[in-house]
Amino acid sequence: MAEKKKLRIQDLAKIRERTKALTTIRESEGRAKVTVHMGTCGIAAGAREIMDALLDEMQKNKVMDVIVSTSGCAGLCNREPMATVEFKGQPPVKYVDLTPDKMRKIFAEHVLCGRLVPAFALAVGSETVY
Amino acid sequence: MKQYRAHLLVCAGTGCVSCGAFKIKEALEKEIKKRKLEDEVLVIATGCNGFCERGPILMVHPDGVFYQTLKVEDIPFLVEEHLIKGRPVKKLMYIPPAEKQPIPKMKDIEFFKHQRLIALRNRGRIDPEKVEEYIAFDGYEAMAKALSEMTPEKIIAEITASGLRGRGGAGFPTGKKWAAGRAAKGSPKYLICNGDEGDPGAFMDRSVLEADPHAILEGMVIGAKAVGAEKGFIYIRHEYPLALKRVEIAIQQARELGLLGQDILGTGFNFDLEIVQGAGAFVSGEESALMASVEGRIAMPRQRPPYPAQKGLWNKPTVINNVETWATVPNIILRGAKWFSGLGTKTSKGTKIFSLVGKINNTGLVEVPMGITLRDIVYGIGGGIPAGRDFKAVQIGGPSGGCIPAKLLDLTIDYESLTEAGAMMGSGGLIVMDDKTCMVDIAKYFMNFLRDESCGKCVSCREGTQRMWEIVKKITEGKGAEKDLEVLEEVARTCKDASLCGLGQTAANPVLSTLQYFRHEYEAHILDKRCPAGVCQALIRYVVVAEKCTGCLACKNACPTQAIKGTLKEVHLIEQT
Repeated sequence: MAEKKKLRIQDLAKIRERTKALTTIRESEGRAKVTVHMGTCGIAAGAREIMDALLDEMQKNKVMDVIVSTSGCAGLCNREPMATVEFKGQPPVKYVDLTPDKMRKIFAEHVLCGRLVPAFALAVGSETVY
Repeated sequence: MKQYRAHLLVCAGTGCVSCGAFKIKEALEKEIKKRKLEDEVLVIATGCNGFCERGPILMVHPDGVFYQTLKVEDIPFLVEEHLIKGRPVKKLMYIPPAEKQPIPKMKDIEFFKHQRLIALRNRGRIDPEKVEEYIAFDGYEAMAKALSEMTPEKIIAEITASGLRGRGGAGFPTGKKWAAGRAAKGSPKYLICNGDEGDPGAFMDRSVLEADPHAILEGMVIGAKAVGAEKGFIYIRHEYPLALKRVEIAIQQARELGLLGQDILGTGFNFDLEIVQGAGAFVSGEESALMASVEGRIAMPRQRPPYPAQKGLWNKPTVINNVETWATVPNIILRGAKWFSGLGTKTSKGTKIFSLVGKINNTGLVEVPMGITLRDIVYGIGGGIPAGRDFKAVQIGGPSGGCIPAKLLDLTIDYESLTEAGAMMGSGGLIVMDDKTCMVDIAKYFMNFLRDESCGKCVSCREGTQRMWEIVKKITEGKGAEKDLEVLEEVARTCKDASLCGLGQTAANPVLSTLQYFRHEYEAHILDKRCPAGVCQALIRYVVVAEKCTGCLACKNACPTQAIKGTLKEVHLIEQT
């Protein structure tokens, strides 16, 4: 990043704001965590597009305090693609039969505003994913 | 700034680099590109992670998974499993000796669990060549605070209250040194960062320089405001090419962004830094010798006082601190003296970095609170002695430190306790020895190093280290006489009392401390002509055990010098002359 402009004190805070995603990931401490299930079944059912949509929304909305992760097969292969949304201290919510559009909606509703999307959800609470 | 869902942090400290870290990084980048993940997975190189024994090391975030002893062949599988399928790869994780289950996360591994990172806070966490990453983790915030909200007196008061003492070895209170520099008359004033780390087995300073160069820059700007200096030097030995490169880059970046130079952060404060390369003399680490070297003269110590704070570089007031000391400063300013002094012992506050080498399972670099016991370091963090052998001693404080025996394992570590035990904090090198280590041989090794490195100015040191080496060498060759120990002690005391600088004054420590705790080993060499550890070659005799010899001729046929006599089915004999 070649800003040749000399920094002022307040610029340090701006850089920190801009690099918040970096510290969130390295400290493994996000406000929320979204896991896309990417076992063989998930990938075959289109998990890749779900991941792309999710990352795209993150970037577009400049969300820096959410951790995106992948996991293996959750054992419910016929409902893939799946994703799990977790907030700190709350039971995880599993979403099933996803499409990129559904993922975008979940992101806008659940991740950003904290409102569960019952229409796409399978269940609240689950075995812990590693 | 582009966002990535995962960050792969490859340890690129000198240790891991030498076992192929950059090849691992290349393989990762190649595989990630192949899998079209380059827009979502970031690969960076960090400074030393500390667990050098297990290199090459990779950290995967956000999961915080620790992979170790990686090979290039492991990479495609690792990328597919962990980054695509989200399944951390167990077989590449750390398994503690004597256990079967791998430990996935770094924070759960014994080696890391008991550490407290202050000077090394950014090790293995940021890319040391990117200033933005340093700033992301509160970098330059302490400097901004010091330059905009604090008077020089306030900064000095804070450092004094924190109880920070020089991490280079002598343990002089940093606040007091700064106050002396501030009070001294003369202009301009200078700062120096002493990065001339010369002890065998020590790599604390190198790791800080490599892992977090901006922390040193920031500490020095804060010190500059406190002392009233406009110019500083970072002295790094040329044997540290990676450290030199990263500090060079850091200074360049800081200048471009106005974090160094004129009108820093728009506060009107000016300070600039220059790197000076040392040419690898041990004595350059002594402050007056180091200053002579910066001035372009031969690195030889001079009489003190006057101390550098009064008359230093070019006879101007100069404050000189060690790498680790400077790197600790920003955190104290940011988090307060009280926080820092809450760690450690009555006389020694905060944390100290130690390099852990020798006969120990977990070779590496650790930062621990002062007051930790040697046992906790050696057996807790260090994982004990390899092959189940017994701990014999630990050499602490570099060549001029001393050997601490097993009976003092529960010694709590601080500046005073170590000096009392006949060693010293020094820069923090810990060389662990097991029962197969001969203490006379160790004394010989260190005396050989010191006689080489004595600058030659004082007779007591120049001749003393040479004579001590000769005597100890004689003893290891089985030619020692009883009166040698007396002479040895006398020379050692003279060297200690009559030498000018710290090197000479402590040069006798390897001899004195081994004599103090392992006199019986010297006596065994001299009186019984026996080396109890079986190290000193001249004292080792190989014999054929008559009862067990079947006269098979195997040894006779293998001997290159035909030293074995005997015929088939008869007991053989080794000719010893």
